[in-house]
Amino acid sequence: MRFGVVVFPGSNCDIDCYHAAKAILGQPTDYVWHETSDLSSYDCIVLPGGFSYGDYLRPGAIARFAPAMQAVAEAAGRGQLVLGICNGFQILLEAGLLPGAMRRNDHLQFRCETRHLRLENNTTPFTHLGERGQILRLPIAHADGNYYIDELGLAELKRNNQIVLRYCDAEGQPTASANPNGALENIAGIVNRRGNVFGLMPHPERALEKITGGTDGQLVWTSILKWWEGNHA
Amino acid sequence: MLKHYLEPQDRHSAQQMGLKELEWELVLEKLGRTPNLTELGMFAVMWSEHCSYKHSKLALRQFPTTGPRVLVGPGENAGVIDIGDGQAVVFKIESHNHPSAIEPYQGAATGVGGIVRDVFAMGARPIALLNSLRFGELDSAHQRHLFSGVVSGISGYGNCLGIPTVGGEVYFNQSYTGNCLVNAMCVGTISQDKLARGKAAGLGNRVLLIGALTGRDGIHGATFASEELSESSSTKRPMVQVGDPFMEKLLIEACLELVDRRVIVGMQDLGAAGLTSASSEMAARAGTGVEIDVARVPRREQNMSPYEVMLSESQERMLLVVEPERVREVLEICTRWGLAATDIGLVTDTGAVRVFDGDEIVAEVPAQALASAAPVYNPTLQVPWWQSEAQHLDLDALPLPQDLNQVLLVLLSSPTIASKEWVYRQYDHQVRGDTVVLPGSDAAVLRIKGTSKGLAISVDCNSRYVYLDPFRGGAIAVAEAARNVAVSGAEPLAVTNCLNFGNPEKPEIFYQFHQAIAGMAEACRALETPVTGGNVSLYNETNGKAIYPTPTVGMVGLLRDVNKRVTLSFKQIGDVILQLGTTMEELGGSEYLKVIHQRECGMPPGLDLKRERALQQLLVAAAQAQLLSSAHDCSEGGLAVALCESAFPLGFGADVTLENVNQIRLDALLFGESQSRVVATTAPSSFAALQDLCEQHNVPCREIGRVSRDTVVVRVGSTTVIDLPTQDLARAWKGAIPCLMSQ
Repeated sequence: MRFGVVVFPGSNCDIDCYHAAKAILGQPTDYVWHETSDLSSYDCIVLPGGFSYGDYLRPGAIARFAPAMQAVAEAAGRGQLVLGICNGFQILLEAGLLPGAMRRNDHLQFRCETRHLRLENNTTPFTHLGERGQILRLPIAHADGNYYIDELGLAELKRNNQIVLRYCDAEGQPTASANPNGALENIAGIVNRRGNVFGLMPHPERALEKITGGTDGQLVWTSILKWWEGNHA
Repeated sequence: MLKHYLEPQDRHSAQQMGLKELEWELVLEKLGRTPNLTELGMFAVMWSEHCSYKHSKLALRQFPTTGPRVLVGPGENAGVIDIGDGQAVVFKIESHNHPSAIEPYQGAATGVGGIVRDVFAMGARPIALLNSLRFGELDSAHQRHLFSGVVSGISGYGNCLGIPTVGGEVYFNQSYTGNCLVNAMCVGTISQDKLARGKAAGLGNRVLLIGALTGRDGIHGATFASEELSESSSTKRPMVQVGDPFMEKLLIEACLELVDRRVIVGMQDLGAAGLTSASSEMAARAGTGVEIDVARVPRREQNMSPYEVMLSESQERMLLVVEPERVREVLEICTRWGLAATDIGLVTDTGAVRVFDGDEIVAEVPAQALASAAPVYNPTLQVPWWQSEAQHLDLDALPLPQDLNQVLLVLLSSPTIASKEWVYRQYDHQVRGDTVVLPGSDAAVLRIKGTSKGLAISVDCNSRYVYLDPFRGGAIAVAEAARNVAVSGAEPLAVTNCLNFGNPEKPEIFYQFHQAIAGMAEACRALETPVTGGNVSLYNETNGKAIYPTPTVGMVGLLRDVNKRVTLSFKQIGDVILQLGTTMEELGGSEYLKVIHQRECGMPPGLDLKRERALQQLLVAAAQAQLLSSAHDCSEGGLAVALCESAFPLGFGADVTLENVNQIRLDALLFGESQSRVVATTAPSSFAALQDLCEQHNVPCREIGRVSRDTVVVRVGSTTVIDLPTQDLARAWKGAIPCLMSQ
């Protein structure tokens, strides 16, 4: 399986994602420059976290115009997997590849800490190895993770089972105090209708090794690999 | 009429730029003629305290600066130490105090930007940031504004760069009310064969300016940093630079790519004194000269004079020296990263910095004169008149509080001791995926990917100790920074320091400065941790009142096997709790004395460097042998607070009985800050081996209790003096700063 990690000016979790795919999963992985206009050779395209274009204007607002994003849209249309983490999720929203929008955290501060998340949908290529209702512990690190979508959009997300992760407490309840940023209905990650584009605010690439604080992020990365292997056996 | 920047100057204008009478005379002598405005401006910034160290140079010579691991010592952009296998660590700490006092967000942000540039100017990949912050007490709305502004500035800039902010310290004390301290430390790693230098070597090589456009911001910033603050300082807000972390991120990536491809001869960042300092220092180091044409410098403002261009402190710029045939490669790499790169001059053999504006020469000054000919002062020193009075503490007249539970709760909620989570959760401390021990520990620990090694890093300084006894306080700052690294299981290797003091032209202040350095130097020698560089920040005074002398120590240590690191958290119910070291009847300068008795006086605790060294060697050996479940330095708040801090992370308790063999006061026993002490835990099965090891190292080791479920109980003899649920203690500790900040 071949991974491509897109590098925008200002991306800074690119090396972490590269490490995840290459060293932890052991798959061939390339850094892909933002000016690339063809991503057809990658089975999974990762839009990493960071501050693409300094987050100037709005997070993701400038990156969506990069040539690589046209290629990402085409790849998504062909059914290739697209994983957007943190800034990558924000870019996917700005590019319209996922529905909704991201606002500044309700408390207006950057927040970096490990949070509990409840797996709401284990039927996606990114989460199929998990159990529905499973509680994960993943690090977050963002100032703009306050997800918003209008009522109609939210109803559609629910109808199509597009909500994948919700912030929750240690018992799995999506309470207000378990919500680190004010996100609507504690939403932390969603997929598109087709299920091949996944955006999430937590960082699964930061939770792969015990030495750096946990292994719950393996669920996402291993699911991707197993799903691909299942389709290419 | 002569253009204003070419007009000859006189002693009056020299004085207005902050030069003294004697310095003006020396300028005339070095130049052999009267300087014009541009030349005088260049002298004024380069001979400011900030750039020239003219008052501090002699005192700094006390520091040991060599050692088997030191690859680059003081004088370069950052220090470099050997960590084996061809790898090196590059690190430095620097202050941005005055800008932060005026404009906290940008002041702190650009402080981070500056120190990061110092590290990648050496060719190293920045892998960690730490900071040491000091403010007045948080009951003032202005102090809360400064505190939250500085933290946001560090967060906004550091997070965007993708460099984890992994640790630091924050103190609150009235002495910083008018003059907060913002010290930022950056650590990088590099393969030794790629080390870059700030040298303008090679006749005919081109000089390139890359990065941000040049504006009028920060002109005379270095001079501003070298004078006392006053009510009128806020009018100097335009002197505070504005940061663009996105530009800095691009600059990091482009410069590291240039280093990786070995395209450049020399590189230096443009920090204080901008183009003037970068060009003159690079030429002076190489014994060459440079010619610069300011007309080619890309600008973001119109009608800037050569004077303004040479003195601008616009951020996110680097000066490169490149062989002519490789200029094209540099331009290509910079363009790919979206950076402006402009050929602005060349290296000459004249020994001078010659500045052109197109065809017209606007300044010509010997590089050595700017970079190293500032007068060196040996200021008079005098024991401060207040010192002996401040050192006096009559313990017999000090009442012993009845309710020690209450004392402990109050201490834990003192902002200086309380949890700093409110701060560090605003920093991305995990990006790059190498942070192994997160903030909130004695030292941050990072792994070095591809090896079994780890780095432990701490910053430390208890400035109250330095105020009360500069020599001892200075020594303790080094000892504690090293101890914080050693409790993690790492061998302390080397020091960078940021010396924040008042006006050195006052004999009492210079006494503090000189003595603190003497104490630090003695500790550095005893612990074999040489100083590789740092920064001096003087004139930290407001309306004539100086801050507590604050020589912040940044320490880097090496873990041979990062899997053998030790953290402060209790791990297992039933583990044996040990006190390593001895508690004396010492309350002078303690946080207890300040918070409970509202007094900041007495002699700081004693420090025996032989014992300290033995303790640290024991800690490293015990970690290697994997005999420790946890280890935590006893510092502010003493033994009782250390026990609580070890209990908090996993919510355990401690069941402790102290024998009080020396019959000392209960408050000193629980809250005194005797040095060279550590609270450690070990599995019962490892206890005997650990005791043996302590004996071999001649370190006092006493079993004081066991890790328990969820309550902290301390008995002295048969009397219970502390008995509180861990949860209640943790609530006081965790809630204090958020509660103050939500006012």
